[in-house]
Amino acid sequence: MSDRRGRASASRDVLLGMRFAFAGGRDGWTRTVLTAVGVGIGVALLLLAAAVPGALQARQERTSARSDLRLGEQIPAAADTMLVGQVDTSFRQTPVHGRLLHPEGPRAPIPPGLTAVPRPGEVVVSPALKDLLDSPDGPLFAPRLDGARVTGTIRQEGLSGPGELAFYRGVDALPADEVTRLRTFGDSPSSEGLGTVLTILVVIIIVVLLLPIAVFLAAAVRFGSESRDRRMAALRLIGADRRMTRLMAAGETTAGACLGLVVGGVLFLVGRQIAPMLSLWDISVYASDVRPSIPLVAVIAVAVPALSVAVSVLALRGVAIEPLGVTRRATPPRRRLWWRLILPGTGLALLVPLVGGLPETMGGVVQYQVAAGAVLLLIGAVTVLPWVIELVVRPLRGGPVGWQLAVRRLQLDSAMSARLVNGIAVAVAGAIALQMLFAAVQKESTVQTRQDPSRAQAQIRTHDPASAGPIAVRLRATPGVTRVTETLVGGVSAEPPAGAAGQDPAFALLQVGDCAALAEYADLGSCAGGDVFIARATPVDPGAQEAIRPGATVTVTVGDGGPRWTVPGDARQVPARRDPSGVYQDVILATPGAIDARAVPRSIANTFVSLDPGDPDAMERVRNVVAQLDPVGTVATLAASETVGRFDGIRRGLYVGVVVTLLLIGASMLVGTVEQLRDRRRMLAMLVAVGTRRSALSWSVFWQTFIPVMIGLALAVVFGLGLGVALLRMVSVPVSIDWATVAISAGIGAAVVLLVTALSLPTLWRLTRPEGLRVE
Amino acid sequence: MSIGHTFLGLLESGPRHGYDLKKTFDDRFGHARPLHYGQVYATLSRLLKDGLVELDGVEPGEGPERKRYAVTSAGVSDVELWLASAEKPEPYLQNTLYTKVILALLTGRSAADLLDVQRAEHLRLMRELTRRKAGGDLADNLICDHALFHLDADLRWLELTAARLDDLRRQVRA
Amino acid sequence: MTGQPLLEADGLHKAFGPTKALDGASIAIRAGEIVAIMGPSGSGKSTLLHCLAGIVRPDSGHVRYQGAEISAMTDGERSALRRTQFGFVFQFGQLVPELTCLENIALPLRMEGVRRREAEARAAEWLDRLHLADVGRKRPGEVSGGQGQRVAVARALVTRPQAVFADEPTGALDSLNGERVMRLLTEAARETGAAVVLVTHEARVAGYSDREIVVRDGRTRDIAREMEEAL
Repeated sequence: MSDRRGRASASRDVLLGMRFAFAGGRDGWTRTVLTAVGVGIGVALLLLAAAVPGALQARQERTSARSDLRLGEQIPAAADTMLVGQVDTSFRQTPVHGRLLHPEGPRAPIPPGLTAVPRPGEVVVSPALKDLLDSPDGPLFAPRLDGARVTGTIRQEGLSGPGELAFYRGVDALPADEVTRLRTFGDSPSSEGLGTVLTILVVIIIVVLLLPIAVFLAAAVRFGSESRDRRMAALRLIGADRRMTRLMAAGETTAGACLGLVVGGVLFLVGRQIAPMLSLWDISVYASDVRPSIPLVAVIAVAVPALSVAVSVLALRGVAIEPLGVTRRATPPRRRLWWRLILPGTGLALLVPLVGGLPETMGGVVQYQVAAGAVLLLIGAVTVLPWVIELVVRPLRGGPVGWQLAVRRLQLDSAMSARLVNGIAVAVAGAIALQMLFAAVQKESTVQTRQDPSRAQAQIRTHDPASAGPIAVRLRATPGVTRVTETLVGGVSAEPPAGAAGQDPAFALLQVGDCAALAEYADLGSCAGGDVFIARATPVDPGAQEAIRPGATVTVTVGDGGPRWTVPGDARQVPARRDPSGVYQDVILATPGAIDARAVPRSIANTFVSLDPGDPDAMERVRNVVAQLDPVGTVATLAASETVGRFDGIRRGLYVGVVVTLLLIGASMLVGTVEQLRDRRRMLAMLVAVGTRRSALSWSVFWQTFIPVMIGLALAVVFGLGLGVALLRMVSVPVSIDWATVAISAGIGAAVVLLVTALSLPTLWRLTRPEGLRVE
Repeated sequence: MSIGHTFLGLLESGPRHGYDLKKTFDDRFGHARPLHYGQVYATLSRLLKDGLVELDGVEPGEGPERKRYAVTSAGVSDVELWLASAEKPEPYLQNTLYTKVILALLTGRSAADLLDVQRAEHLRLMRELTRRKAGGDLADNLICDHALFHLDADLRWLELTAARLDDLRRQVRA
Repeated sequence: MTGQPLLEADGLHKAFGPTKALDGASIAIRAGEIVAIMGPSGSGKSTLLHCLAGIVRPDSGHVRYQGAEISAMTDGERSALRRTQFGFVFQFGQLVPELTCLENIALPLRMEGVRRREAEARAAEWLDRLHLADVGRKRPGEVSGGQGQRVAVARALVTRPQAVFADEPTGALDSLNGERVMRLLTEAARETGAAVVLVTHEARVAGYSDREIVVRDGRTRDIAREMEEAL
């Protein structure tokens, strides 16, 4: 046969196979549709993954464009400047982007997303905030807008995402020293690069999430392959040779995979429309943000059909399609271990050199080395799995009928069940490794704030000392507020004593408040109006002890001078106490009778508030009070520890990803199990005809899934821990294993099995109706 | 094979001359061995004597070929009885069975009934042979098998014929 | 005919969609007798067998086993009946491919709760009885068709059922193997006193029966009795 004729006939065979994909009767259709849907789901997820960087970048671009941080020299007020007061707040746990706007001239810049600067008494809000205001929770937030009328909504280009809470309120005056003067928005684009650890995290996340999708794709391509094989056998009978059947199978799979690409594209476009409704860790995205880059789309469009064809042709290797039927090798060759260890071995070899610690900046090569090592190690779980299943299952004997049926089936063909479990093994192994990495990194990035939420739950700081008194009064009258202590905070400095030239001036905070308020900063002993205390923090600074002492004259406030004040000679020296916000330092405590609070220049008012723990809205009311009395005042929630939020977000995203992946794999397991049942329909009907209890058959289905999954999970734990340890050593974090996390990951995997078994039972029952005997 | 019963059956569709009878018989049942005239007229005169046929008319001229025969009601019930009774199962029964089937069809009787009856009779013998095999030696077994397979062939042919009844009815009527 | 029949069907109707498989079929099986059900393909033979065995519920009509109405039983009761009182031999595909032949034979006992060791010991007796001693450890895919059918016969009889239902048990076998299977089946049935309901279209197979019932267009005929009565 000449080469040209060979190629012509090959393409004819492929085309014929494609025709079978659509013209194969009901079975053919079912198979094609199953493959298309499976591939479609995989493709949609790949497209989604490919769109994530773009979506985050779009979000970043918008937040940069509205940035109103301005560093450097002050600019003078002019016709084209805008005063911006940052009044960010929170509603419950959600951050709110809030700005007060005061244009200083007709050409003042307009923030992105707004058509005009709101006039005093007007406010423009984001759609999400508008929804909030219209909801029953509205009154809990509305006071923060100080009665301003909502005159419009912020458009997409002015928001980080559709779910963001944001507002711009117009005001007629702003205290110039607490606000920013801008000529234009978006002057200082902020960009946070990812550090070494984060880069590794992202690389591993992508590997962990995409690898099971690849496994799922491989499984989806094989949906219905049994009936396809039988049809191929019929074609062999009428004269097709092995090569032709292979080409036809390839053609059929290509058709399914291409249809899957279309389905995936449609799923993606539909899913994209739902994207704005979802909000993960305060990040929401617009549908138009979810846009994969063209090169990645091209890679997916080429790689998916190619992978499909490769898988289906490889799958035919173990199957002999003979004219008289499909024969799988009666006694499959004994599985050899050595080549199965090549992949994980190579993976380890790639990772081990990095174990000593990674360079500070990640070069591209190292990044790929980590990714390749992780991929190979995780795939290793897949290659070793059939061997381990066989090893475990071979000596199994006896047991009840359901067990016996399942065990014997597994002994006969462990590859089939291994295939079903592959995805779960990879996903769980990856999840465990990642969890370990996260747990360790999170522990490192958790900051002990030294705040004491048992003494106060909120700290209010306002820069307008005049507002302090009214705020305290209003807060005391606010429902849910149990205790309010308030001080005016300034500072005192004193020249170092003579003879200690060259030393810095001594410094101490000055807190003016009533005895109860002052008790937050020191152990006062007895206290009455007119008292002054000098609270010393240990270790004692001898210089400060010398300069700031009873009877010394100090400068009130810091820097370029201020009123002089003489510390009363009867001021008692007491040990300082850590205040609820965690500050512990030298501080002069004065009751109002001892110093005129108004004489303390540039002071700020500091208020600690205790809240009724049973009233979740109390914090919102506190924020409302502050926003009304001093819009640029800040309200901070006190917490004993604080985690870098970014990790939290990535971690939650990972959980969602793992659950979605496992559900996906569960779906493919379900299809596989149901298909296996359909394939054995006659056998099942016969078993029921001779009186086998359905429960025995159900148990056999259960065991048949459960045994391989347990083995797969065990393997996943081993590989996951291995990868996790390697990664931890790489980022130089002490290795610790959180067994609870391991158990949860494995438990989720096991839950998927139960779900699959439960869902396949109706099919089992339907197939085991005795009428099944008639189907020949 | 009973020529007399066959003649009676053929006459059921209407009176015929001896010559017609011979021709029809030869066409349908005689295959390679046509009936001899003497055989035809000897049979007819026996049937006449038994009252199963009667002379329907004699045309002018000489010779037996001028006589037309018709079946009597006794003749009809004789055919009926013959068709309804099973043949003694024995090898090389095909001719008789074939004749019976065709006649049943020609006369509008149920050939399926005929087949069912014959099968019952065949099975009676086959059971006997099967039983004999169980107790017999190899020679017995071989002999019984020989008979069994022939009987089986008869029945298979009957089954097939039953399945083809529709086709056959159309051909015969045509 | 004396006494109550073991198994009795009366006026059975069963349709699969527009196709009438049974259209007023009746049959009575006495204990220990071997009855052949004959008839052309599609006449409703197998459906009649499935109804008699409680596998398929007829649309109308009665099936009684030892006087008890099978069609009134729940699915569980009918399963239990099939498990304990009946045995089955089909044309092919009845052995569980993953289990060894011995385990296949022991399966009905195991389903009854007999312990594995004892079940397999009893199964082994049947292996000897059906000249299968050397195939016990093999899987069904590794034995010949005739051996497979004999394993099926052993499995059908291992519970000492009252009735064995055989649907074209020799359909996939050559003459010699078919004969061996039939002989072993009927001999073992007679020894254990089991009635056999044998669906076949082969007269030589029906030759192993005591009498035959013909099914045609979903209706049954007992020709032999009609002939006797006609005489």
